[in-house]
Amino acid sequence: MQEYDAVIVGAGPAGSMTAKWAAKNGARVLMIEKRQEIGSPVRCGEGISRGWLEGVGVKLDQKSIAREVKGARIVAPNGKPFYLSEKMAGNEVGIVIDRIFFDKLLARDAVEAGADLQLKTSAIKLLKNGDKVTGVKVKSFGKTWDIKAGCVVGADGFESQVGRWAGINTSLAPRDITSCFQYRLTNIKHEPDYCEFVLGSKAPGGYIWIFPKDEKTANVGIGMQLTKLKDRGDVKKYLDKFIENDPRLKKGKALEMVSGAVSICAPIDKTIGDGILLVGDAARQIDPITGGGISNSCKAGKVAGEVIAKAAKERNFSERSLERYEKGWRDLIENHLYRNWMAKEKLVTLSDDTFNKIIAALNEVGVEKMSTLAILRAIETKYPDLVKEFQNLL
Amino acid sequence: MVLMAKDLDDLEVDIARCMHCGACVGSCPVNAIYLNEVVLEFNDDCTMCRRCIKVCPVGAIHLAGEK
Repeated sequence: MQEYDAVIVGAGPAGSMTAKWAAKNGARVLMIEKRQEIGSPVRCGEGISRGWLEGVGVKLDQKSIAREVKGARIVAPNGKPFYLSEKMAGNEVGIVIDRIFFDKLLARDAVEAGADLQLKTSAIKLLKNGDKVTGVKVKSFGKTWDIKAGCVVGADGFESQVGRWAGINTSLAPRDITSCFQYRLTNIKHEPDYCEFVLGSKAPGGYIWIFPKDEKTANVGIGMQLTKLKDRGDVKKYLDKFIENDPRLKKGKALEMVSGAVSICAPIDKTIGDGILLVGDAARQIDPITGGGISNSCKAGKVAGEVIAKAAKERNFSERSLERYEKGWRDLIENHLYRNWMAKEKLVTLSDDTFNKIIAALNEVGVEKMSTLAILRAIETKYPDLVKEFQNLL
Repeated sequence: MVLMAKDLDDLEVDIARCMHCGACVGSCPVNAIYLNEVVLEFNDDCTMCRRCIKVCPVGAIHLAGEK
């Protein structure tokens, strides 16, 4: 029987980072991916910040970067923009990547560090001894077999099965789910040096994004909170309507269509068990405001890999041993996730009028630094009543 | 073209619309949907809560008989 210290299910950023840091520190790891190509099909808006990359040991190659932007353009429901320069954002805006290359880069790093990798291989069941996970049953090219593992890592994304099979509660309330649709549109006249975010009722409970890929092409997408959806296929309909009514985009042609969903929940209670841990979207580590998950996945993946390597040396993959991962990732991102979840809960209730006021206030007062706090302070000078509603975040 | 959800008479997946994105899978409160690369399978844990119908970005899941 095949045997590893860890079998990682899913070769997205979370899985590859876990595999890399585990292998680099001496663990024997296998990463399996159900699809036939890493990074494809793309299910992402592809806009990331860059400040965190170095800390997790990721060095982008030329192919992974589609475009570097100067800042963000945040658009009020009435169409008025607020420009956020990169300086203000403190490296918080930055790059539009090509996931098709980016994910392969991370997987290559993992393989280089010593990880095994198998494509077109699905996890179909966890092997267990009582509550303890002891491995995984996989299927590939019509063959089914068991792989023994000290620890199974669920890096299997939004639709994660691994966590549910292990009995970890990853279920989401409807208000904590965003449904998304995106076109890669070409032949458009967007602002190619800014990532654009459109707020308000054009995308109820979410936003519309325009992330430039090149001078004439951008990822134009929408995310809407599940509780705001009424009719079947609403998400695509809202985006189609937006594009049709925007003179810059109207003549665009789609090169690609992407659909998917993301979690926008508060941090979940538990991401580990005996012989099991979850990382990335599977662990619901997505930023509830932006819906972005790559940086958190990479940060948590690094912690997971390092903990797996230690556990492998100690030959102890008990829940107790893996608590170092639980604590490690929470120390890094939990406060931020929780704060942004609270802010999201408020933001989804705001009217177009309020968003208009906020953008107007930002334009009048300006912000030196892009942080929830700095923005709230700026708004407070103009609309103290508005900020009262956010008081618990200050 | 319409595929009957496995073991269920009440839900249908329009496979010409389905993007195999997994939005329904991750949103299902009882884990009754499984996506094996490009095939959506429903099992009989389904409680007909219809969340999958709502969350599907392209409207590929519908009640049998509806269009």
